[in-house]
Amino acid sequence: MAQDPTALALVLGGDATLYAIVQLSLMVSLAATALAALVGLPLGAYIALVQFPGRPFVIVVMNAFMGLPPVVVGLAVYLLLSRSGPLGFLGILFTPRAMIIAQALLVMPIIAALTRQTIEDLWVEYRDELTAMRVGPFARILTLIWDARFSLVTALLAGFGRAAAEVGTVMIVGGNIDGFTRTMTTAIALETSKGDLALAMGLGIVLIALIIVVNAAAWGIRRVGELRAG
Amino acid sequence: MRAPTSELPILFEDVGVDAKDVRILSEVTLALRAGAPTVLIGPNGSGKTTVLRLAMGLLAPSGGRITWCGRDRTDGRRLAMVSQRPVMLRRSTFANVTYALGAAGVAWARRNDRAEELLARVGLSNQAARPARRLSGGEQQRLALARALARDPEVLCLDEPTASLDPANTKAVEEIVTAIAASGVKVLMATHDLGQARRLAGNVVLLVGGRICEQAPAPQFFSSPATPEAAAFMRGDLVI
Amino acid sequence: MLYRRSFVALAIAFVCLSCGPSFAQDKSIVVTSTTSTQDSGLFGHILPLFKAKTGIDVRVIAQGTGQALDTARRGDADVVFVHAKPQEEKFVADGYGVRRHDVMYNDFVLIGPKSDPAGVADTKDIVAALTAIKAKQAPFVSRGDRSGTHQAELALWRAAGVDIAKDEGPWYREIGQGMGAALNTASAMNAYVLADRGTWISFKNRGDLAVAVEGDRRLFNQYGIILVNAEKFPHVKKEDGQAFIDWITSPDGQKAIADYKIGGQQLFFPNAHARGS
Repeated sequence: MAQDPTALALVLGGDATLYAIVQLSLMVSLAATALAALVGLPLGAYIALVQFPGRPFVIVVMNAFMGLPPVVVGLAVYLLLSRSGPLGFLGILFTPRAMIIAQALLVMPIIAALTRQTIEDLWVEYRDELTAMRVGPFARILTLIWDARFSLVTALLAGFGRAAAEVGTVMIVGGNIDGFTRTMTTAIALETSKGDLALAMGLGIVLIALIIVVNAAAWGIRRVGELRAG
Repeated sequence: MRAPTSELPILFEDVGVDAKDVRILSEVTLALRAGAPTVLIGPNGSGKTTVLRLAMGLLAPSGGRITWCGRDRTDGRRLAMVSQRPVMLRRSTFANVTYALGAAGVAWARRNDRAEELLARVGLSNQAARPARRLSGGEQQRLALARALARDPEVLCLDEPTASLDPANTKAVEEIVTAIAASGVKVLMATHDLGQARRLAGNVVLLVGGRICEQAPAPQFFSSPATPEAAAFMRGDLVI
Repeated sequence: MLYRRSFVALAIAFVCLSCGPSFAQDKSIVVTSTTSTQDSGLFGHILPLFKAKTGIDVRVIAQGTGQALDTARRGDADVVFVHAKPQEEKFVADGYGVRRHDVMYNDFVLIGPKSDPAGVADTKDIVAALTAIKAKQAPFVSRGDRSGTHQAELALWRAAGVDIAKDEGPWYREIGQGMGAALNTASAMNAYVLADRGTWISFKNRGDLAVAVEGDRRLFNQYGIILVNAEKFPHVKKEDGQAFIDWITSPDGQKAIADYKIGGQQLFFPNAHARGS
């Protein structure tokens, strides 16, 4: 990044490095959220609907994991993916792919826990009807997830927000490599440690603006959906 | 066309239902055969909904026995129910019906056509695209009927279908139910509306306090009730 | 209906696409290095030159020297580029590295507040300065992170006859972070701190700080580069890693290092072929 310009100048001037960092941040956090949703939505719905031994314990743990410290997740994934670790043969440490996986792990409990609550509430409403229609367990999960989709979007946004805002996980498993694994948050941490506080703050504002844009887009989708399907 | 496995007659033999030390039903013996609608009447809380759920196979009796065509179990494929306050799925009216068709195992290719037929049958064709939650009470009741009919049922259970509807909507729903009964579906309906019972019933079953007080063909029940409770109920004097 | 299926498709596409870039066919190596080389901007200057010449992408992970060597010991790096000769030599002796090469040097400087509470400005004797700082209990920030700079600082305390682990007091603040963070803290606290010149020159948040002591021979700071031993870690990219080492110790690479200047000042002095390397 050039020596002295402000973050605004970089944004308006289309600075390639900044845009690459923004693109990487969005890609990693969005992909991590999508991956976490792929697992977390059905998992949350399953736990909501099925009675199994130890269910209350699982729910408590899942809720607690919403607050997993990012740096701990980062460290755990690092140890797994390190060449001296069990999954070292994959060779994905210090790449965006590792960052996506680590963030997905961080975010998955949030999505699963919020999904469970939403689906459980909806099930109370739908139970008699779906039972009378003899809808099977797998179909129930899909139906409830689809019908609760607007509330679940909020859960996804909560997950995305967590992913986009955290620095500990991506710093450790990504290594903050210039031009390869540097995200908005790790760039901000770096510029702060270099003493360029104005640039760091500017980047921080850009990051917040990005998160607002994503939320606005989600709200727009939700509005359109609600108008169409009630 | 489905294989003609019949779910009728449904026989209740001395059925009782307990829930947490409370007797909800006792000594219910009933035979539901094909033909004119059977209407369950009785005060609130007398167990009408429970009888419907037992007939649907959604609830197991605590005592006694229920059989469907001689079998102890039913897979529920030819049975359908409309609850008192039907829940609309968060989709369009049309999608609610196609969902019910899917749940009933109808092939993808046929669903759209069948849904159109069903909506026409209940008079909701012009509301097909509307979100189901935005329909009025009467319209939702009719949509629930369409969903139930999607199962191509032999037995249709209705739980106070017009309880919260105004006279115009009540009439519309009753007409649909009459048409359904006329097409050969066995209707089992709970109601606390005596006028409705008079209009629609082939047979009447009076439930009081979880027991069958009296059951008879409708004309006989209404003109000459055999028990004092039945007579009191019809006068509006029955106090539990 | 369509809506639901396209949503699912979109989600899956995202996940797949995002996995794409990591499979880039470019050649690349992972180099663990120090925060001082990163923060000074040296890599930003020399690495594009290397890539233009060989097409190899150098992915630098900037950690403290101790952590950089540890990462390599776990097999997660191809090349190590740090500035703590005793530790580097041990790394090679333990079989983790192939051979150590000198690359460049710079010097450390003692930074302190302009108000100079310990009275050490312009003494040109680092050991005397540290002794004075301890005597006056003037605030001092230490990196405390097993980095090359931290190791150098500890060596200087020993040279001053101070057992800093025992004699430290509230005036001695160990923060466990990189050079930039240490300078930030010193700036905020108006404290003394030992820094490498390169990071100091490119540091922006100086507050009231200035160079207090420089030029003492004991402040000399040598950087070395080591190829991680492929016999211990078969996946190490030894050809590409060696190519980087060969380049950086070659006249071209050495010139690139010497050419890197901030405000007209050269930060690092190449010495790959100096006597005794």
